[in-house]
Amino acid sequence: MKKQNELPNSKQSSWVSFLLVLAFLALVFYLDQIIKPTNKMYMLMTVLQKGSVYALAAVSMNLLNGYTGLFSLGHAGFMLIGAYTYAIFTIPSSARDTVYQYFDAAIRFSFPEAFSNVMGPAGTALGVLVAVILAGLLAAFFAYLIGLPVLRLKSDYLAIATLGFAEIIRAVFQWQKLGPITNGSNLLKSFARTSKFKLEVGDTKLVLSTFVPVLIATVSIIIIVKLVNSTYGRAFKAIRDDEVAAEAMGINLARHKMISFTVSSFFAGVSGAMMAMVLSIAQASNFKSAMTYEILLMVVLGGIGSTSGSVIGSFLFVAASEWWLRGLDSGTFLGINAPGVFRNGFRLVVFSIIIMIVVLFFRKGIMGEREISDLFRSRKKKAKGAAQ
Amino acid sequence: MRKDKPCVLKVEDITMQFGGVVAVNNFSMEEYEGEIVAIIGPNGAGKTTAFNVITGVYAPTNGRVTFNGERVIENFPRGKMKKAYLGQNAGKYTGHLEPTPDRLTALGMARTFQNIRLWKSMTVFDNVLIAKHLKRTSNLFSATFGGNRAEEQAQREEASALIETVGLADVRDELATSLPYGKQRRLEIARALATEPKLLLLDEPAAGMNPQETVELTRFIGEIRDQFHVSILLIEHHMDLVMDISERIYVLDFGSMIASGTPAEIQANEKVIDAYLGVTDDA
Repeated sequence: MKKQNELPNSKQSSWVSFLLVLAFLALVFYLDQIIKPTNKMYMLMTVLQKGSVYALAAVSMNLLNGYTGLFSLGHAGFMLIGAYTYAIFTIPSSARDTVYQYFDAAIRFSFPEAFSNVMGPAGTALGVLVAVILAGLLAAFFAYLIGLPVLRLKSDYLAIATLGFAEIIRAVFQWQKLGPITNGSNLLKSFARTSKFKLEVGDTKLVLSTFVPVLIATVSIIIIVKLVNSTYGRAFKAIRDDEVAAEAMGINLARHKMISFTVSSFFAGVSGAMMAMVLSIAQASNFKSAMTYEILLMVVLGGIGSTSGSVIGSFLFVAASEWWLRGLDSGTFLGINAPGVFRNGFRLVVFSIIIMIVVLFFRKGIMGEREISDLFRSRKKKAKGAAQ
Repeated sequence: MRKDKPCVLKVEDITMQFGGVVAVNNFSMEEYEGEIVAIIGPNGAGKTTAFNVITGVYAPTNGRVTFNGERVIENFPRGKMKKAYLGQNAGKYTGHLEPTPDRLTALGMARTFQNIRLWKSMTVFDNVLIAKHLKRTSNLFSATFGGNRAEEQAQREEASALIETVGLADVRDELATSLPYGKQRRLEIARALATEPKLLLLDEPAAGMNPQETVELTRFIGEIRDQFHVSILLIEHHMDLVMDISERIYVLDFGSMIASGTPAEIQANEKVIDAYLGVTDDA
């Protein structure tokens, strides 16, 4: 009896998962060193980079849509805020005037620069980190403001309202009058980007271009998982399962919905910042509602209410669309050479069909509501049952 | 009546009007510590509406509710209702207090639902554990980063102990919705008890139960009152259950209270018999 009461992440299993995560990060770090951009396998690194951006975006959306049951479609808007915040605050002063060629840049401050002036190279890394966190905080702040009126709505109405706000955010960022800050409808570039992230140890330069986004995503996802497993996460699930009962059991709906909404948006902002640093540009027109739908698709494919599902879903999605199905657009696929059929756009046709098949055969997504750890647990249980 | 004990719940002149329909008309009642009180009445008498007013689901059109000596709900006809109001005692109340149900739960009222509302995707244990969320002292950050391990552990132990007390230990890790009906009821009551209430409100606890289950439930409700030192207010159709365990009964018909008293008094009351059996016009 006593044993059952213990926290589910008992010390041993949390050590095992900690070591697994560490091993994964070490592997990514190693791959970063051996696979150069000229290598044929560099596609793998691209998938890891973009996949980690989308994985965080999907997991944060899942926190809201899957765990709290709030159907929100504002994700692209919050990612945009994150991307722009990150970009604006990491453009070095030397490049600022070329970036803002039509405007007089209003924000003349760069975190990596400011910190490296004081602390040297370590300051650059710290500056990037501060900019990423600020990106999340600003996204969360806007989410809070939007949430005040919008979170009273339910299901489809909430979805439409958040979708509308995301489009408003995009329109505002493209507004010429805000040009001195956002560069209007022009793109932001030359800011700190992953392709330039390097660690100098003596004479050797260690490449960090994949390691950094993967690390940020991993840490963020671990935090979200911890939140979901905490007493607050349980309250979120209660709201999802039955709002009336949750309120009757003393869960303040407005407060908990707001917490979920702002935390989800914080990490959406972080993933936006990661997207900027991976793509090395930030442009408002990229953050259309289509991006929200893509992320929603990853969440649904992976399984609504499963964090590991969202991660798996986003990596599979990115790998399929960026790598495995590339050949369908460029003439040769799986050794079949048919330039007549495999033309630009054919990839999307096949991709859509695959998604339909997956949704048909996995009604609740690849993982359903389970996590990877559940799979191991049930196997252990089965093994025990067989032994008896 | 246990008038020597402090008054837990005092309902004064509650009127609930929806449009032109007065669902509850000038309903007053009180409940003293440790009592089991029932509200009965035929279908559509306004029992559940009265219940929803007391638990904060609806704001009353007029009237006041005092809980544990604290004024918690109060309203008077305002806005459109000012002219449309059909009830009595307009002008008697001037305050405006409209707490959400979670506020009232935090003050010590906990309820169950007529059509059981358990959290479907969760186990018996989690259902009880989540109700403990109300009693947390940790904030979002300490809860996320494991700064509340002691509290978490304590909550888990309390939830486990509660499950054992109500006799659900054998189904602790089953999905709540996989339980048989009677046990789901029991779990819902356990979940309400996990919020450590002073007043437990049961909305038709015996609805849909067979006679055997009803007998068990009757005993169970009595045990809860003694073990957890709660007062109990229940709405019920089942006359056997009501007459067995209630100390006092309020009878509603067409939104108005037609009688109140001990079970024996109620059983002998002409008006109640008429309301339940119906009166022919020429009688």
